[in-house]
Amino acid sequence: MKYFYYPGCSLEGTAREYNLSTLSLMNALGAELIEIEDWTCCGASAAHSLSELLAWVLPARVLALAEKMNRERKKPLDILVPCSACYLNLKKVSETCRTDTGLLEKINTVLAVEGLFLENRLIVRHLLDVLTRDIDISDIKQNVQKFFTGFSVAPYYGCQCLRPYAVFDDPERPESMEPLIRAAGAAVHPWKMGGRCCGAAHMTTHPETGRALVAAILAGARGSDMIVTVCPMCQMNLEGFQKKIAKTGPGISETTILYLPQFLGMALGLPESAVRTDLNLCITPGFRKKYQPLTAKPLSGAQPSA
Amino acid sequence: MKNTHARQPLKSVRNMVQACIQCGTCTGSCPNAFAMDHTPRQLWQMLLNDRPRDAITSKTFILCSSCYYCTLRCPRGLPLTDAMAALTRLAKTENPGGFKKSQAFFHQFLESVRRHGRVNESELMTLFFMEAKDPVLPFAYANLGIKFLRKNKIRLPFVKQKPSRGLDKIFEKVRELETHS
Ligand code: SF4
Ligand code: SF4
Repeated sequence: MKYFYYPGCSLEGTAREYNLSTLSLMNALGAELIEIEDWTCCGASAAHSLSELLAWVLPARVLALAEKMNRERKKPLDILVPCSACYLNLKKVSETCRTDTGLLEKINTVLAVEGLFLENRLIVRHLLDVLTRDIDISDIKQNVQKFFTGFSVAPYYGCQCLRPYAVFDDPERPESMEPLIRAAGAAVHPWKMGGRCCGAAHMTTHPETGRALVAAILAGARGSDMIVTVCPMCQMNLEGFQKKIAKTGPGISETTILYLPQFLGMALGLPESAVRTDLNLCITPGFRKKYQPLTAKPLSGAQPSA
Repeated sequence: MKNTHARQPLKSVRNMVQACIQCGTCTGSCPNAFAMDHTPRQLWQMLLNDRPRDAITSKTFILCSSCYYCTLRCPRGLPLTDAMAALTRLAKTENPGGFKKSQAFFHQFLESVRRHGRVNESELMTLFFMEAKDPVLPFAYANLGIKFLRKNKIRLPFVKQKPSRGLDKIFEKVRELETHS
């Protein structure tokens, strides 16, 4: 298994642990990730609000760079993207250009100034898509070293890996993470908040509205041991403001928030230093206490956690 | 409101929602409807009833967080999230004063991308605070910023990035095409 890899800006900064745990997990699962050379920003939501054309060109440039690398290969590789916002930006330009040839032409007029050209041949895939459809679940089951027995895990999907493109899961009632959670020995926390919106950038632009959305998600996770996420924006909203949100109403207690590849990596016996839990903003003492017995017998070759 | 060059794009947004049957599914699906002054359905109604000024001065689209629930569920299959984004762009050209803070942020964001190809999060914040000229603003972010600095997650602004990834040429070409169309 080989993929082109697009980490995106957040994964170089505030979501470094998402990047590093994805690399560690995919390596442990025997997949090779080839980073797109000299990749640039997908435009996030900034380009969209100022210039429509720039919002198309920035993600298209990334696809064109991957295609350039692909020309030396016999078989085309898919592009793996862990950040849901980046994923949707890349996916959207690729899907839209399939039918809108005028747009593709316009994009290529711009890319030509750098000698780049977009054929639009590669497929953009979210990390969760690859984990659920390319990885054999029995490969995970058989290799679990630390069973999260007695843990209840709340799967949080957020929006943009599910909607508007329903590629690998039900956009109304997502469940793709459930087999992965069970394979790790944990129970799936029963809740309806998995596909609800975390407010995206509201937390900085409209904090009150953002806090209300996040509060509902955190309240829904009550009774679980952790929420797992697949997007840096969701992760930051859920883990970064818990103290402040707890003050807004009852029913919210501190909750551990992990990226899905961190959780799966830990289950597969990767040391915490490999999935970088030291970088998380919210891992509760209660979680630590419950996780400790699982780590009581360190595996041979495992490093002490950082 | 000057409506000379705004008429055309507004019409194109109107076309996006032309087939709306006012069923209210979008409103019922919107996680932000509780905070909006007009519901999404009402916003489309304004556009369709030729009340562009009401639509463009509404706070509805600013509160769209692009969750795509409305787009997914609209029985007419209308591209509602895209319509919200188009209205946001329009409102910003119409009334730049009303969007000072977010415009300053997006502007600095893209500046960072133009210069480095990628976003340098701390440089972005510094420049944003300078451009927004809001003395209270930095404190709203200080808490999280300190957490990130402590975890070594954000680079300090004076750490130089690779200059070779700059996107000057691309940005120039986009501007050229957009001013000529
Ligand atoms: S869901 Fe679609 S048809 Fe129904 S009110 Fe909203 S835009 Fe109109
Ligand atoms: S995409 Fe925007 S308008 Fe539509 S339901 Fe989500 S937040 Fe509301």
